[in-house]
Amino acid sequence: MTMKTEFNRTEENLFYVLLGIGGLVTAVGLGAALYMEHMGHVVTGMNNQIVWGLPHVFAIFLIVAASGVLNVASIGSVFGKAPYKPRAALSGLLCIAMLAGGLAVIMLDLGRADRLVVAMTHFNPTSVFGWNVILYPGMFGIVAVYIWTLMEKRMYPYSKPVAVTAFIWRLLLTTGTGSIFGFLVARQAYQSAILAPMFIIMSFAWGLAVFMLVQKAMFAWNDMELHPAIRSRMKNLLGVFVAAVFYFVAVYHLTNIYFAKEVAFERFILVDGGIYPTLFWGGWLFLGTILPLAILYLPGISAMRGSVMAASLLVILGAFCQLYVFIIGGEAFPLEIFPGMTASSSFFDGQIDTYAPSLPEFLLGVSGIGIAFTMTVVGVRVLGFLPQDNIAKLEAAGSLTD
Amino acid sequence: MSRVFLSLLAALALALPTVQSVHAGEVPKPVVKIENPGQCVAPREEMRRDHMEMLKHQRDRTMRLGERGAKVTLNGCIECHAASKTNGSVLGGKDGFCESCHAYAAVKLDCWDCHQPKANYKAASAAPTMGLKP
Amino acid sequence: MSDSKNTRRGFLAASATMAAGLGFVAVAPGIRLIEAAAAEGKTASGKVRLGLLIDTNRCAPSCNACVGACATENGIVEDVANPRQRAQWIRKIDLVENKTGRAHSLPMMCQHCANPPCVDVCPTGASFKRVDGIVLVDRHICIGCRYCMMACPYKARSFVHQPLTTQNPEVPRGLGCVEACTFCVQRVDRGLKPACVEACTSGAMTFGDLNDPDSDISKRLREASSTQVRADLKLDTGVRYQGI
Repeated sequence: MTMKTEFNRTEENLFYVLLGIGGLVTAVGLGAALYMEHMGHVVTGMNNQIVWGLPHVFAIFLIVAASGVLNVASIGSVFGKAPYKPRAALSGLLCIAMLAGGLAVIMLDLGRADRLVVAMTHFNPTSVFGWNVILYPGMFGIVAVYIWTLMEKRMYPYSKPVAVTAFIWRLLLTTGTGSIFGFLVARQAYQSAILAPMFIIMSFAWGLAVFMLVQKAMFAWNDMELHPAIRSRMKNLLGVFVAAVFYFVAVYHLTNIYFAKEVAFERFILVDGGIYPTLFWGGWLFLGTILPLAILYLPGISAMRGSVMAASLLVILGAFCQLYVFIIGGEAFPLEIFPGMTASSSFFDGQIDTYAPSLPEFLLGVSGIGIAFTMTVVGVRVLGFLPQDNIAKLEAAGSLTD
Repeated sequence: MSRVFLSLLAALALALPTVQSVHAGEVPKPVVKIENPGQCVAPREEMRRDHMEMLKHQRDRTMRLGERGAKVTLNGCIECHAASKTNGSVLGGKDGFCESCHAYAAVKLDCWDCHQPKANYKAASAAPTMGLKP
Repeated sequence: MSDSKNTRRGFLAASATMAAGLGFVAVAPGIRLIEAAAAEGKTASGKVRLGLLIDTNRCAPSCNACVGACATENGIVEDVANPRQRAQWIRKIDLVENKTGRAHSLPMMCQHCANPPCVDVCPTGASFKRVDGIVLVDRHICIGCRYCMMACPYKARSFVHQPLTTQNPEVPRGLGCVEACTFCVQRVDRGLKPACVEACTSGAMTFGDLNDPDSDISKRLREASSTQVRADLKLDTGVRYQGI
């Protein structure tokens, strides 16, 4: 089955409609960012206790998923699994698109976004944010080169070394993202080395979920059907990653209770914190973990049309719930400056903060998805990113089910 | 075909400066009023050319090294150059000392988000209940 | 006879002068040391480590003199509608020990750590430690990412949420940047003490050079035990507390 090179009028219009939607969402978000920068963060729900809010939830999802979506390419190029090889270029495009979206949101939320050049010219080597100034642009460059090696025939022999570089680079990058929180020694919610590997595993699950969604949409657009064997492989892999995330989150909470003895904080997150337990148990655990696992593995359900898409959407929803609890729940609980004592002050020490996201924050966060979406739509339109499986060749080599 | 296009482009590029100078007369140059007599810390031409470098260099010395009482201080500039027309501020449209030239040159003034543009400004006292638990 | 009178008078005069001199030296050693940085072109000295000692036994729960003085000195007087977005460089914390019920109160501000987490995490190096130990924010390069606010164990930092117009000319502060207690660096560099220390009427706050064994603060630290808040984090704070 070859990729279409001619599109009928409906498909042409569909492209422009999608481009329009993506562009509109992006533009509205950029407008919200301009408003926030002009008026100051006084128009947001963030304050001196909850300093990172909804935009950061969106941004960190996009950045972590961007790193993870490249996993699909790594499985093909680095670990040599043949069915994943045709998917490598699309995986690279999604990586660049989502990374761009996530970074845009983070950078536009800065108190002084006009000082981005300062951020690039003043470098503090002990800061994870400082490392990111090197790691993120480096990621863009490496993945761009990687896509080039995949798409240009004479460069293809270099695709494996570039893929290995990209693999190592994104492990560093995601370790960094986890360490942003892991290095915060004073916070009950963070202060743990497990956050680095946890973020890596989360990236695998979220990235694959996004990839499955985009792949499904592209196949539908091109009247193509994903071969059942490949579909089965990928859905099983998604299930494994979702289960692994569950493991890490369980270990993280158990360690926090048993070893760090942060019982009060864990009770807040898991039992009586209001929205946080709701999002944790109902959002992340039930909707984001148990339900997708059931959909992906129960034989009757997993064979149904649209089941993988539903599972992927649920995993992404669970990811947002998890990040909301992790980031905002971690900030809403007061810092324990004087252990063993109850504190109160005019600066709201000892008090649980309530966070109500404002509209500009939400619009800015969504515009990150808009940017990623727009870049992907344009990318798949102008270049050949559609995965094209040579089933006969795979079957002959026996690599369809290896 | 491309040669014609390129030569057209070149002609346009050469013509642009002339076009600009025709319009230069439309934007009035700022009138810089010095209300306080006496000398600035350096001659006028040097100030015009180098004041940004002087300020930037000194700000890092004051900030990082804690150097005080140097020849160049922002508050020193403000106290001398503040205009009575602008209520003692160096900002204020075409009457403010800093803003008049910077608006003309279209160079954004980043200083005044943080630095107080009014000379000898004395803020009000804090509220008496400040710091007590609500 | 007249000789002994003169001698006694002389002796008394000499003693009085010596006592006055000793008294002056004993009462105000800190001023002598801080003078060093005030001369023109002089910079902060790396031999000095500035610190603050707070005796919480003398701190009255209902007193907020330090907070008000800080706000007036540093121009933190803007109206902010949402109290949670209001900047506060120093605040009074009322503490109750959970097991014993003992209640006391203390002022909390930037602890000016020797190993500041905020300096470690700042991407641009805007959060920095001066050679004399004061931890500052260079607002020329602060990009307002608030990572330092996440990293601070003491919730010492505030973020400016709205445009400001009422700044003190000596204390620049502005929209989109993070800020915290500076030990009133504009006063310290002129040989004065921080505004909170000056305003404290109960003598709870002692400010001075931790590296000078003869300073008031060093003497008090030697006489009675003191603690650092969250000492387990090994940050080596410049602010020490007694009576917690």
